[in-house]
Amino acid sequence: MTLKTQPQTYPILAPDNSWGNQKLVQEVTRRSGTELSRCYQCQACANGCPFVTGMDFRPNQVIRLIQLGLRQEALTCRTIWVCVACHTCSSQCPMDIDIAAIMDTLRLMAVEEGVPIGKPNIIDFHEEVLRSLEKYGRAHKLGIMLGYKRQTGSWLKDMDLGLKMLAKRKLELFPSRIKATEEITELFKCYWRETP
Amino acid sequence: MTSDMRPPLKQLDFSYFPGCSLATTSAESNHSLMEAAKILGFNLIEIPDWNCCGSSSAQTMCRNLALGMAARNLSLAPPTRPLVAMCPRCLHYLRSAQRCLKQDSLTRMELENRWGRSINVEGEVIHFMEVLVRYGLDRLKASARRSLEGLKFVPYYGCTLFRPPRLKQERYFQGEMENILVALGATPVPNALTYRCCGSFLSATDPELVTPLVNEIVHSAELSGADCLVTACAMCQLNLEIRRTIKSKIPIFHFSEILALALGAEDYEKWFVRHIVDPRPVIRHLAKAA
Repeated sequence: MTLKTQPQTYPILAPDNSWGNQKLVQEVTRRSGTELSRCYQCQACANGCPFVTGMDFRPNQVIRLIQLGLRQEALTCRTIWVCVACHTCSSQCPMDIDIAAIMDTLRLMAVEEGVPIGKPNIIDFHEEVLRSLEKYGRAHKLGIMLGYKRQTGSWLKDMDLGLKMLAKRKLELFPSRIKATEEITELFKCYWRETP
Repeated sequence: MTSDMRPPLKQLDFSYFPGCSLATTSAESNHSLMEAAKILGFNLIEIPDWNCCGSSSAQTMCRNLALGMAARNLSLAPPTRPLVAMCPRCLHYLRSAQRCLKQDSLTRMELENRWGRSINVEGEVIHFMEVLVRYGLDRLKASARRSLEGLKFVPYYGCTLFRPPRLKQERYFQGEMENILVALGATPVPNALTYRCCGSFLSATDPELVTPLVNEIVHSAELSGADCLVTACAMCQLNLEIRRTIKSKIPIFHFSEILALALGAEDYEKWFVRHIVDPRPVIRHLAKAA
C-alpha cells in the first residue's frame, strides 16, 4: 500500500472561547460518553486509521477542534464522514478515548444541525440506503446503488463490477421485502430529513 | 474467553436473524450455514418477517430510527430461545438495542404498545460461532466428515467481531475461529492482517480509499503462505473480493462455507460459483477426500 505522506501541518485556526462554544467539549463529551479532554495529541489514532488519507483533519486534530470550541470546523469536516467506525483508533488510544464514538456523535450533530456536509456523497449513500429500508424494510442493494449513482451522477464508475456482480447473482433484481411495511413506515416518522 | 466459562447449550432450537447481506448478496453464506446447522442438528428458525437491523446508515442519520429497526426484530423473536446472528454488525446493533431498551423502559413500552408485542430484552443474542463453541468442539469434531487437514487459512475477523464497539461492554471473539477450524483439522496462519478494516461502505462510495487497503490485506495473506482467508463477515468477504486489484488468486471463504464443507455438505458447488475469486482449486483435494 502506498500511503501518501502528509506534511505535518496543523491548520491555523483561532480558538473560539466564547460562551456558546465552550459548550462544544461538554456536549460532545456527554453525548459520546468518552472523556476527550484526556487527549495529549500522541497521534496513535491518526497512525492507525486505515482511512486517514481520505480525511481533511486527522482524528487527533478533530479532537483538538472540539477542545478549541471550533464547532463549525468540527461539524463540517470530511473526516467524520470518512470514518466507518472500525474502532481501530479507539482500541489503540493510550488514554482510552473512544474516538470512534466521538466521530459518531459529530456525525449526528452535523445531521441534526443541518450544517453543510463535509463529504456529501457519503450522506447521499446513507440516505439512499434509508430510502430502500423505508420502502422494503430491508436493503435492496441494486436499488441502492442505482439511486446512489443517480444522485451523484457517477453512472460509469464501477459499471464493469456491477455487471460482474449481476452475472454472479450477487445483486438481486427484485427487492426482498417485509410484509408489515406499515410498522416500518411508522418508525420512519422520527426521521425528519426529507425523502423524495 | 474459554468455552467452559459459558453456559452449555440447553437446547438446539434458535431464532435466526439472517440480515440483508446473507439474504441476498451473500446467499452462499446463508445456504452453507443452513447446511452446517442441519448436519449438527441445530434448528435455526428464521425470525418471521424480520427487517434490516438498521445498519450504519440508520445509526448515522437517526438514533431513534436505528433503535426502532433493531427493536422490531427483537419483538419478533420469542424470548424462549437464543437469537443467533451471523453478521457481526447485525449482531452488534441487535445487542445494542437490547441493552438500550433494558435501561429505557419508557421507549420500550411505547414500542411494545404500538406493536402489541413484547420486546425480548432478556433473551440471549449470540453469534453463531458462540453456538458452536458452547456446543462443544469435541462434539463438533465428531460430526466432521471431511478433514480440513493441510488447509492453511488466515482467520480474518474484520473489525466488528474482533474489536467490538464499546469495547469493555462487549464480548470478544478473538481466537474463536481458530479454535473451531483447528478442531476440524485446518492450520491457522495468523501472521497476516486478520482484523484490518475491509473498508465497509466506503467500498460503495469511495473505492479508491478501499482498494489499497484490500490489496494490503490480500497481499499479507499471500506473503504468509496461506491458501485462503476465512471471514466471519459477509461484507468483508465481498469487499475483499470486489476491491482487490493485485493479481492474486487467494480465495475468501465465508466461515460457514468452510464449516459446512468439513461437516460433509455436498452442494458446495452452488455456493462457490457465486464467488468472484474461484475458491474451488483450493478445496479440490479436500472435496475428493470426502
